[in-house]
Parts: sequence; structure tokens; C-alpha cells
Amino acid sequence: MWQRLKKHQFLFEELVKRDFKKKYKRTVLGMAWSILSPLLTLLVMRLVFTQFFGRDTPHYTTYLFCGNLIFSYFRESSNEGMSCLLGNSKIFSKVNVPKYLFLFSKNVQTLINFGLTLCVFFLFCVIDNITFTWKFIFLLYPIACLVVFSLGIGLILSALFIFFRDIRYLWTVFLRLLSYLSAIFYTIDQYSKMGQYAFYLNPIYVFIRYFRKIVIEATIPTLEFHLLLLFYTAAAFGLGCWMYVKYNHKFLYYV
Amino acid sequence: MSVLRLEDVSIRYITGDFKDIGLKDFVLQKLRGNYRVREFWADRHISFTLERGDMLGIIGTNGAGKSTLLKAVAGIMEPTEGKVTRRGTIAALLELGSGFDGDLTVRENTYLRGAMLGYTRKFMDEAYGRIIEFAELEEFQDRPFKQLSSGMKSRLAFSVASLVQPDILILDEVLSVGDGAFRKKSEEKMREIIAGGAATILVSHSLPQVREMCGKILWLHKGERVEFGDDVQGICDRYEAFLEKC
Repeated sequence: MWQRLKKHQFLFEELVKRDFKKKYKRTVLGMAWSILSPLLTLLVMRLVFTQFFGRDTPHYTTYLFCGNLIFSYFRESSNEGMSCLLGNSKIFSKVNVPKYLFLFSKNVQTLINFGLTLCVFFLFCVIDNITFTWKFIFLLYPIACLVVFSLGIGLILSALFIFFRDIRYLWTVFLRLLSYLSAIFYTIDQYSKMGQYAFYLNPIYVFIRYFRKIVIEATIPTLEFHLLLLFYTAAAFGLGCWMYVKYNHKFLYYV
Repeated sequence: MSVLRLEDVSIRYITGDFKDIGLKDFVLQKLRGNYRVREFWADRHISFTLERGDMLGIIGTNGAGKSTLLKAVAGIMEPTEGKVTRRGTIAALLELGSGFDGDLTVRENTYLRGAMLGYTRKFMDEAYGRIIEFAELEEFQDRPFKQLSSGMKSRLAFSVASLVQPDILILDEVLSVGDGAFRKKSEEKMREIIAGGAATILVSHSLPQVREMCGKILWLHKGERVEFGDDVQGICDRYEAFLEKC
């Protein structure tokens, strides 16, 4: 595995470079836009929802930002990931290259955006009087899981997109519904016990909840919580890899 | 030891309604029962071996299964039956311009292409100058690739692929590009590669070129092997006679 990665390292770097150049070629704001857009969403949400939920939610700005930070990364990663196999069909149908490289290189970019937004997030935490504790180290766990989870979803979606071109619209609708179900701007206290548990069926909510526990409540989630995240991550990534292995030589019939 | 060995290779190809459809169309067509997938054998029971220094020409009319066979050799497709055994590195030029990106510059594309062919960065740093020189694109290095003429594009593609010493080189209709001078140069380069010990596969519709350059011929028709051997002139004569009858 390591040998193979090493062998394709050069191609990977060149693909990352290509994706970068292509993405930011025509936009003047370029990378800044990628940070501005979640910030604008945050601003609007803060203005609108503070009236309803902000009064009794401590650190409501941070609460909102946790949700937006994770959801916008997931949205971008899955949307960009979806088209990266079809978009490179001219290449993989003529040259024998590992197909997952296209997705991974695209995700490097999304990850950098995420990193930058994360820096802004910490800045906002300071402004919002959040106490930084050693427990912040634990954030590395959900971040690592989130990255692998999103890669898995990207693998699944990009494979499906080769077979069915209307997946894009379905996914857009699904993402919107998912965002409403992720408790980004509201709290789930008012739901019954069962209702609250139901939220854990949504992986994105679990990621957001982990962040809030560490940052706002300064508590480390339970072991079960960690295992749940690991389960979602392994399931998504495993399914994605399985699809790529199974259809590796079949994709080219569909493009 | 042979560099490339195909044993009874058969490739089943599928075409049909599954291309460019959505989930909605798929379900509807399934329900109505008019979802059709056609399967056919693009290549059937093909066997041959190539030694170092061999130059094989594959001839045949359109739809004979030449490109599909090359894809199996290059590892892009898996044979449905049979086995492909390769020894060493493969450089495949299946279509010029594939894998090039119009928005990137010539320099960036050269590196990207080199990476796809499996070269290392160190090798590319070292070979870059030679590649550009061979392709005669010194003045265009920092121009976007889309500004090049099609002849220039194929010159670059050929240069990148040929400046290594691959063990197996696959050329699908790519030598007939460029102007006369470049064609001569590329044919010379080809001879050099073959002399260096590479096994080369050339697909071409230009029979004079095949006659002149190849040492072995594989004639395919509708996926079946019609003839294979080193009687280049004989097979080409019979193929020409066959074409006239059509």
C-alpha cells in the first residue's frame, strides 16, 4: 500500500496543482471566497435566529459556527467529490491511473479551506469568550473522522454519478434536508428523549455535537460516542472503497 | 522471456441504454421493460506474444476490436476471459490530447502527462528540456495548452511518451500526426526505441507505414483473429485484397 502511494505521489501532486489552478483561475477573490461564504452564512444565521434560539443558548455564535463549520465542509467535499470521477473520464479511459486519486486530490483543496475556516473559528471562539482547555486536542479525532467520512461519501457519490446523472439534484435536495436535521441553528432540548436519540442517526449531527461538547461544554464525550463516529466513518469509507474496487473496470462503459 | 503475452483473451463489451441516464429514467425504463443492454464480444480468443524489440502492427476495419484490445494490454480494461501478462513498464498513447488540460500551460501539461505515464519528478525535471526540444515547442512553454494547434498537441504527446525507454509502447493512430518533417522524426525515434529493446504495438490505417515499420502483423476482423505472423507483406497484401472486395 505504502509502496503504491509512493509510486503515485508525483501524479497526486500534479493533480492537486491542476485542481488548484483550475479552481482559482478566474475568481478574483479566489481562496478568500471560500472562507467568506461560510462567514456570511454565519452572519445571516446569527442575525435571524438569535431572536428565537440565541437567548437561552450559551455562546450561541460558537454554537452556530460549530454547525456551519462542519456542515459546509461536508457539503463542499461531497459536492466537489461527486463530479471528480466523471470529470476525469477522458483520462481514466485512456490512461491506466488509480481512479481514487482524482477524488483525493480534489479533497486536498476542500481540506485547506476547512483548515482556514477552522482558524477563523478559533478566532471567533476567543471573541465569544470561550475558555481554551487542553481538551481541545480531542478535536483532532472528529476532524480526522470527518475527513475520512467525507472521502467515503465522495467515493460513493462519484461512483453513483457515473451511473446516474441526476444524483446531483437528488443530493442537493438531500443535503438541504440533512442540514435541517443537523441542529445547526436550534437546540434539541425540546424534543422527547427518543427524539433526541434519533438525532444520532445523522452522522453529521454527531460530528457537530462532538465539537460543541469540547468547545462549549469542555467535556470529553463518552467512549460510545467515539465508537459511533468511528462506525459511521468506517461504514462510509468501506462502502466507497468497495464500490471502487467492484466497478473499477466497469466505469468506462458508462462515460 | 516474452515481454507481453496474451493468452486466449476475450473481451465482452456492453453498450445500451445505461449511458447518460438518470435514476428516474432507469426506473421508468425498467418498469416499462424497454431498458436494453447489448453485450457483444469485442475481441474473441486472441493470443499472441511479443519479444523485446518486436514491432507489432494491428490492422483491421473499424469495429474490429483493435482499440479494445489495446486497452486490455494497457490495463485500462480487464479481459473477460483469458490472461494478459506484461513484464516491465508500459507507455500507452491511446488518444492524443487525452489527459491534457486546455487551461494549463504546456509546461504544466508536460509534467501532468509525465506523472500519468508513471515517471518520477526527478526524471521529468531532467527530461523536460529534451521533451520540449523534441516537440519543437520551446517558444510555447508558458502558453495555455488550448492555444496550440492540433499538430503541436500531438507532437507534445508523442514526445512525452517516447522520451522514456518503456518496455512496451502502445501507439493507437498517433504516428500519422504532425507535418511531414515531424512524422519522419517520430518514425526515427520509434526505430530508436525498438532498437533499444522495447516491444511496440502500432495501430494504423496507413498500410504503407505498417509495411515499412512493423515486423509482425495481427489482422483482426469483428473481434476474431484472421491472421498473425511475421509475413508482413503477405498479410498486408491479403488485407488489401480483402478491403477491395468489401
